[in-house]
Amino acid sequence: MEYKAYLIKYAEIGLKGKNRHLFEDALVRQMHFALDPVGEFNIRKESGRVFAESEEAYDYEETVEALSHVFGISGICPIVVSEGKEMDEMARVLCDYVAEEYEGETFSFKVFCRRGDKSYPMTSMEVAAELGGRVLDAFPHLSVDVHEPEVSLTVEIREKVYIYSKEIPGPGGMPVGTNGNAMLLLSGGIDSPVAGYMIAKRGVKIDAVYFHAPPYTSERAKQKVIDLAKQVAVYAGPISLYVVNFTDIQMAIYQKCPKDELTIIMRRYMMYIAEYFAKKRGALALVTGESLGQVASQTIQSLYVTDDAATMPVFRPCIGMDKNEIIEISEKIGTFETSVLPYEDCCTIFVAKHPVTKPRLDVIKKSEKKLADVIDGLMEEALNSAEMIKIHAH
Amino acid sequence: MSEIYFDNGATTMPFPEVRAIMQETMEAEYGNPSSMHRKGFHAEEYLRYASEVIAKTMKVDPKEIFFTSGGTEANNLALIGTAYAMRRERKHIITSCIEHASIYNTLSFLEREGFEVTYLPVDEKGIVSLDALKEALREDTMMVSIMRVNNEIGSVQPVEEIGKIVKAYDPKILFHTDCIQAYGKMDCLPKRWKADLVSVSGHKIHGPKGIGFLYIKNGTKIKPILWGGNQQKGMRSGTENVPGIAGLGKAAELMYGEKKDQVEKIGLVKEHFIKRVLAEVDNVKDNSGEAPHIASISFPGLRSEVLLHALEDKEIYVSSGSACSSNHPAVSGTLKGIGLTKEYYESTLRFSFSVYNTIEEADICVEALKELVPALRMFKRR
Repeated sequence: MEYKAYLIKYAEIGLKGKNRHLFEDALVRQMHFALDPVGEFNIRKESGRVFAESEEAYDYEETVEALSHVFGISGICPIVVSEGKEMDEMARVLCDYVAEEYEGETFSFKVFCRRGDKSYPMTSMEVAAELGGRVLDAFPHLSVDVHEPEVSLTVEIREKVYIYSKEIPGPGGMPVGTNGNAMLLLSGGIDSPVAGYMIAKRGVKIDAVYFHAPPYTSERAKQKVIDLAKQVAVYAGPISLYVVNFTDIQMAIYQKCPKDELTIIMRRYMMYIAEYFAKKRGALALVTGESLGQVASQTIQSLYVTDDAATMPVFRPCIGMDKNEIIEISEKIGTFETSVLPYEDCCTIFVAKHPVTKPRLDVIKKSEKKLADVIDGLMEEALNSAEMIKIHAH
Repeated sequence: MSEIYFDNGATTMPFPEVRAIMQETMEAEYGNPSSMHRKGFHAEEYLRYASEVIAKTMKVDPKEIFFTSGGTEANNLALIGTAYAMRRERKHIITSCIEHASIYNTLSFLEREGFEVTYLPVDEKGIVSLDALKEALREDTMMVSIMRVNNEIGSVQPVEEIGKIVKAYDPKILFHTDCIQAYGKMDCLPKRWKADLVSVSGHKIHGPKGIGFLYIKNGTKIKPILWGGNQQKGMRSGTENVPGIAGLGKAAELMYGEKKDQVEKIGLVKEHFIKRVLAEVDNVKDNSGEAPHIASISFPGLRSEVLLHALEDKEIYVSSGSACSSNHPAVSGTLKGIGLTKEYYESTLRFSFSVYNTIEEADICVEALKELVPALRMFKRR
């Protein structure tokens, strides 16, 4: 049996009233991104649903896998297509479908019919009744239950006839591109790729900024971040990754500021820089992988001080999650294995033995004044020398 | 400034002559040595020539050379092949605590398969204790595997004495020595050492990657670990890697022939380098052994990766510990084995030299270290 087409169901898009076509267009666009490497698909919107249909040979598993990465999809129904619309032909294809798809199973069912082709000589009810009878004749061990069937066999008569009954769950969320842009602070760790994934799931197009500290971090550490961005792009679509050389700023902080405030001051400058690139991309929010209390720079006091450096909202989707919950998602989205590769990132290079866990904003700001004579130049240099890498999933 | 490649313990740049002969085998003589027609015979000629050249460098019979996919496979074949050939009578293997991962991890596998392994300690210079060896020998010892030159610090083991001790105790015990770092740079003479098995890799001597060989003394009881078309007398099935073997043969020929004078000068670069570093860079420790091409130096107060990347910025390429194990965060067995503390083994770099390196390059590297080491120490991670 060959699935020639897929019916794509979506959840939250349905609620969006007059904006609905924007959401559907975004969904179709994202499906194209995802299906491009699989084969040629004709994707079309049809009265509140989206169909993806292929004319040529393609791989079923690969298609479902690709579609399961597209946010906005709540379910994927693989469809068997019958070219003929005559009752005998439809019944034959439907019975073949039941025989193969539900081999050896016993269940109650009903046939549900929809006619897109209103010129069809029978009504939907008549078609459903006739096909239901034929299925029952062919499989006497099944039973009909029109109220609460275990299996709904749907037959849609359009230019061709589409038959489906099973639904594979999609990732949910909203299509990327329907909810504005945000800038992700991407490190080589476990949390930030997960944070990027979670925000993208709400329809946000994300770009990313990575802080590189050569020679303290290696080319491989940078490659690791590129690999992570690539994996996030499987879900989030293409990402512009800004690689910022942060060494000199880190050195200046190290030399001039109290050692126990190193990380928190560094985080604040990261915010300034991320916001600069966010504005450049038209993003309206920053995204970080911070989780409350996970490390010294993620206490509520530290987050308060870090947040002060940003004028945009900072989204922290992992904020209430335990480490193992974050790991669970990173394993699901395929970033975990890369995240745990043992290359240093810039946050772990200079770490005080006892970093301040309850920083006070006024104290930190006072410490930052010690950078006054050098920081503008260093910031300008860091911003101007940043490298932009366009990341595509495929 | 042009690049300075001081990572020849990791791999070396192939000689132009090696590239040429490999190209020849791929362009004209691409036949399968097992084919019955002329094309096959011509390809086989390269194998014959390489075996003969290599055999001559070691003063052995060409029939005792078996080509493998590299040093790792040669070591695997030596250990697993022996273990399985002798498993009914014996089950004990002796090795040192500073062997390469391709020995260490293969023996770990054999331990899980039920064999017993004794790991001999080394002194602070990385030399195996002969007394410990004598004590470790047992009635059911089947093999002793001790490397000739350590890959991380370049310590040279007294293999001739080891061979004597082993064979005097029981001539049936096989003696294997991993010569992957030694071959080409020093004499490798299995007969003098009473070695039954010797592993060599191509790309450490300006040959290609993906090729190596195991010397197997005639009459040695060993089983193959790969099964197939029975090439190389059934000891190593698989169509012979003709370009690789031809390239390896050429590299061996050059190292022990035309380039011998240059090879002998590698040690001068190393000695000059170490002497200057010790004199001109504060607070360093020299861990280097006698091998002519490997210098191991600790720079307490900073971490090796940081200095490595800072040198990389100046196009000077070195490695931290051993390149083969650098992808693993696990600490080097060798550096711990010679008694270095954390402060030292975390700050150790390996500078490894080849015939392409010069005294001038060593001087440039010393100047770079003089500039970088004190600067980077200021930013030591606490």
